[in-house]
Amino acid sequence: MTAADRDRLGALRSELDERAQDWLKRALAEPDRLEISFAAAKRACGAPHAVRVRVALLAEHRPPAARLAELYRRGNAAERLAVLEALPELAPDTDGSELVHDALRTNDPRLVAAALGPYGACCLAPHDWRQAVLKCLFVGIPLAEVHDLAPRAAGDDELARMLRDFAAERTAAGRTVPEDLHHLLELTSRPAPARPAPDRSALDHPATGRPVADHPVTDHPVTGRPSTVPSPVDGPAAPRPTAPGEQRPTGQEI
Amino acid sequence: MRIFDPHIHMTSRTTDDYRAMYDAGVRAVVEPSFWLGQPRTHPASFYDYFDALLGWEPFRAAQYGIAHHCTIALNPKEAGDPRCLPVLEELPRYLAKDGVVAVGEIGYDSMTPAEDRALAAQLQMAVDHELPAMVHTPHRDKAAGLTRTLDVVRESDLPIEHVLIDHLNETTVAAATDSGCWRGFSIYPDTKMDPDRMVALLRSHGTECVLVNSAADWGNSDPLTPRRVGEAMLAAGFTEDDVDLVLWRNPVEFYGLSGRLDLDAAEPASPTHEGNSVLRGGE
Repeated sequence: MTAADRDRLGALRSELDERAQDWLKRALAEPDRLEISFAAAKRACGAPHAVRVRVALLAEHRPPAARLAELYRRGNAAERLAVLEALPELAPDTDGSELVHDALRTNDPRLVAAALGPYGACCLAPHDWRQAVLKCLFVGIPLAEVHDLAPRAAGDDELARMLRDFAAERTAAGRTVPEDLHHLLELTSRPAPARPAPDRSALDHPATGRPVADHPVTDHPVTGRPSTVPSPVDGPAAPRPTAPGEQRPTGQEI
Repeated sequence: MRIFDPHIHMTSRTTDDYRAMYDAGVRAVVEPSFWLGQPRTHPASFYDYFDALLGWEPFRAAQYGIAHHCTIALNPKEAGDPRCLPVLEELPRYLAKDGVVAVGEIGYDSMTPAEDRALAAQLQMAVDHELPAMVHTPHRDKAAGLTRTLDVVRESDLPIEHVLIDHLNETTVAAATDSGCWRGFSIYPDTKMDPDRMVALLRSHGTECVLVNSAADWGNSDPLTPRRVGEAMLAAGFTEDDVDLVLWRNPVEFYGLSGRLDLDAAEPASPTHEGNSVLRGGE
């Protein structure tokens, strides 16, 4: 547990009543019972504190990746949200990108929104991030909930194309275009942040501490070849290493 | 007329049903875990199902202003299948969860030794997790099944006042009432009970500790039958308060024994969840 974790825990404790404080003290001391205490946190400490209590339990016990994944997979929606919230706390020891992708596959807007928090904003490859943002528009999640929306969207021509196509499809169907779409389209038209990006450290992958561009770029779903669309975080500053024998793709592929 | 359907399998129902239920006055449901018509062959199939009862289905219900809770168990129809028995060992993990308001459906299907063991083990889990138990009575040989069920409950550490025995009818109501358990009646279009027979039983055996449910699932069933019972009660001279006791306060009191009933859950958590696009997510 880091100093910041301890400060957060102290603040949390001061808000709990005596009974809940006792419960939390026991739960923090019983790593073997993490699954039970994680599930019971809301009943033990009250709904307003449930997420922070669950995050504190994870920060204290720091379950290995497999156990964390089980807590997520066997969790109800509130427990899954807490795992997603805790991912920045558990980095860089734990790579939570699989859980982020799982949450993005759901149709529960709470999970989709949580997947686009600080951790997801860092770990998602450009194609996945664009798909996730488009899904937000699709299911009605306010884009204000997407972490680092403006710096990631700036200069993203591919995202702009996807937004225009989506708007055209909605219009053709006689349906309204989400208000957020126009705002996001405006963000894409802004210049990409100058390098180094003003908040470059926040864009580093939380699990590895390396810039996300160092991670393999997601393959294009149709061509099976790596996507090469530039974006503020996967641009020329850190090109993907070319594997031996692989020809570096050069053209716009999407 | 506010309605709490204490037994309905919403996993098998459509959004039209949710809308019609809300319009009929349904504001809360409990979905007991049961079989799906086709036997499951892997424990993991249950875990995905439990996850749906704890996550997806409450979310779906909330879109229509209905609070959704569930009961978790290895059900009687599959408790005799050795492939499914590992589920028993995983149940404690699920019984600790907020949305779970009882252990259930447990009970007998064919009254085999394997079902005996699963029933006794799960009654003990209810004790361990401070949950009430929701017990299904068999469709075949029902009266004998009820007798045997009551014997096993009496041998357990779970007080009979924390047990709901379901799918009762004219042949089993007296024994169930004498035992002191909560009594559940499933109202079906053709089988089980119908609204008029239900009203007759409410006349003869009273409204205390009685729950009426639709038990609607993937078969021939109707989520609005509790409403029909309420209407039939009023037509037969019962008061609005009598109807409210049976259709709302009794199920709230029984599942409230869990300490986990959260009837505010019917309200959408944020504007994020409203709107047609959410309902059509993935379109």
